[in-house]
Amino acid sequence: MTEKTFMAGFGGQGVISMGQLWVYCGMKEDLEVTFFPFYGAEKRGGIARASVIVSTEEIASPLVTRPDSAIVMNMDSLPLCEANLKQGGTMIINSSLVKVETKRTDARVIKVPCNDIAEKLGDVKFANMVMMGALSKATGAVKLDKLEAVLMSFFGPSKQKFIPMNLKAIEEGMKAVG
Amino acid sequence: MAAEKRLMKGNEAMGEAAVRAGCDAYFGYPITPQNELTAYMAKHMIDHKRVFIQAESEVSAINMVYGAAATGARAMTSSSSPGVSLKQEGISYACGADVPMVIVNVARSGPGLGGISPAQGDYFQSTRGGGHGDYHHIVLAPKSVQEAADLTFEAFDLADEWRMPAMILADGMIGQMMEGVTLPEAKDPATRKPKPWAVGNKGKRTELNHVDSTQLVPENFEKALHVRYARYDEIKKTVVRWEEQNLEDADLILSAYGTSARVCLGAMQMARKLGLKVGLLRPITLWPFPEQRFGALAGKRFLVVEMSMGQMVEDVRLYTHGKSEVSFYGRCGGMIPTEEDVLAEIRRILKK
Repeated sequence: MTEKTFMAGFGGQGVISMGQLWVYCGMKEDLEVTFFPFYGAEKRGGIARASVIVSTEEIASPLVTRPDSAIVMNMDSLPLCEANLKQGGTMIINSSLVKVETKRTDARVIKVPCNDIAEKLGDVKFANMVMMGALSKATGAVKLDKLEAVLMSFFGPSKQKFIPMNLKAIEEGMKAVG
Repeated sequence: MAAEKRLMKGNEAMGEAAVRAGCDAYFGYPITPQNELTAYMAKHMIDHKRVFIQAESEVSAINMVYGAAATGARAMTSSSSPGVSLKQEGISYACGADVPMVIVNVARSGPGLGGISPAQGDYFQSTRGGGHGDYHHIVLAPKSVQEAADLTFEAFDLADEWRMPAMILADGMIGQMMEGVTLPEAKDPATRKPKPWAVGNKGKRTELNHVDSTQLVPENFEKALHVRYARYDEIKKTVVRWEEQNLEDADLILSAYGTSARVCLGAMQMARKLGLKVGLLRPITLWPFPEQRFGALAGKRFLVVEMSMGQMVEDVRLYTHGKSEVSFYGRCGGMIPTEEDVLAEIRRILKK
């Protein structure tokens, strides 16, 4: 099994964190993993993209050019993901911010209103975790069953109180895929 | 108990490996895309009560390394391409004085200030002796975060063993990406090779040690250079290292190092699925270059892939002695070749 995912959004949406947590969990599930970020110099609002690969085999190129799955966190990222997603790949769209239909009729398209779900949970900042839950459910590549332990080391002590909310957001994301 | 696997950036993994190898002193100056390495050392060298200095320039940093290493300390610096150019004078002096040190180059695109994206345009500079004079030093090229850690750890021993600088030639991709890494256990300082040549600590010796690259008598200097080059011949025999896959039946051998070799691995797998007989030969030591291995394969077809306009390809041509047809595919300016690009090139060459 090899799942190559391309994640795209704008800075501040937690795209980079989502990529890191995805491979961190993958590693804890005994997979080979690679994470390569690409982001602008801006603190917020610039582009934020991540190439992430999880595999049961040795990983060849760390660069994801024809992803098996693409995460579209905002409107600007849609054309980019439409261009690189492989034939018949999975596209998960944050439908809270992306209101148009994709041109990729071959793709398995999953729409998840990540921002709306996160806001209902209490904070829009959890939108990335909602998306990661959806990615896990849709691909099955990373189960995320070790996420709680991963978050314990990922977050500093002052942020550990947010762990239950993160786990809830993952669960809601999984449910949204149905 | 097996050591725990950690998720780390290449830059951080090289820093931690250096700490565990017993690096006594780190001297650096910030430059993208290797900043996490300097930052890691700033935090962790102090925790271990070792020396960390952010110098006022790259020139200053390399000379601090030269000074510290001359006293017998395990000393290290890191930078990226333009910064490593500035260090070349110091590296030439260290090679001239037989002073071991570890230099990490997380290469970016050049020439000039260039860009901050990954590149492999520093192959000539690293393997030909980038400063003035007749010299070489060990150059190790990791392909992953794990190997970046392992080779950095080992570089300190190789440098001490052969009394010369050992360089890690990584690129921005290896430095910036995160992968799982199992770190080696910290080295016991008692296992280090003694350095009776070092300055200071005169002990029972009656003579003072001089660590210097100055040689003003041509007759003596020529002899000294011959002695050093005899050592280079020993290194070529014992230190050379490479990885190979599927060479036996290969109609085409891909050759690449570092990040490009990862891309070639993927392209080779895609080609094999199409029934194309493609192999991969990846030099791990760029100096010494696996001359003998390439020589033994002379006559086979090669495709060399680099993130440059073509540098290692010249060594492949040289050591296949004009008997091989050697093609080249390169991306440069910070662009990274894709598996699909390399596959297309394979199909073009094999006409399939």
